[in-house]
Amino acid sequence: MSTETPAGTAEGDVAALQAELEELREEVATLKDDADDGAKKMTIIATKGSLDMAYPPLILASTAAAFDWDVTVFHTFWGLDILHEEQSKNLKLSAVGNPSMGVPNLVAAVPGMDTVATKMMARRIEDNGTASIEELIDLALDQGAELQACQMTADLMDYEDDEFYEGVTTGVGAAAALADMGDADIQLLV
Amino acid sequence: MSTQYDVTETLDVKGLSCPMPVVKTKQTIDDLQPGDVLEVLATDRGSLSDIEGWAESTDGVELLDQRETEDGGERVYEHYLRHAG
Repeated sequence: MSTETPAGTAEGDVAALQAELEELREEVATLKDDADDGAKKMTIIATKGSLDMAYPPLILASTAAAFDWDVTVFHTFWGLDILHEEQSKNLKLSAVGNPSMGVPNLVAAVPGMDTVATKMMARRIEDNGTASIEELIDLALDQGAELQACQMTADLMDYEDDEFYEGVTTGVGAAAALADMGDADIQLLV
Repeated sequence: MSTQYDVTETLDVKGLSCPMPVVKTKQTIDDLQPGDVLEVLATDRGSLSDIEGWAESTDGVELLDQRETEDGGERVYEHYLRHAG
């Protein structure tokens, strides 16, 4: 017959194809595993230390942890005050340059206005059943979120490791934060 | 009449606002056994979409039902979740 192929070669081809198919199947299985394995990862950079700006990173971090996401919050500059046990209890709200507060800047700049604004906000937070900063930090840490203190800022502000909440990761730099963001699915700057 | 669930545990987060209802729900359900049903009572209106969204994207949690009721003039949001193992 003209279409006759040497039997040995055909069998060899089939075996080779089968081996290749097997290899591909294994590769697909590995890729599938990698794709499913995984909890999402979120990195937040917290740079602000006013009372209103301390909330978003902590609320997002503790909620993301409830989703079993892998969460890191890198606290730098004024954001470091959120992790400082003493400073975190004295975070202020500024009425100056804050159009949402509806107070003209000239009035907002009057001495004592920040204290008034902060007290008003603190009252509302309590009345509304909104958690305190301290509670949110405990909650986030409890659930496995990593709260990092930027070493450079700590040095700049003269903060010692033991002045931060227990469980805070100290001695972290920009490179570590970037490495973390590099494989995060979500990166936020607050 | 609405379905009555065989509730294993009730979590009362009335008066607490975001993110507490979801976070406490997660913490509580983690301590339950597969098949157990958790009832969550909240006054935070956002808990409806929050708990729904959380349950949808969390393995091992099944949202059975969400209801709105009144308790002494206060609106209460009831959530029923099953630990699905």
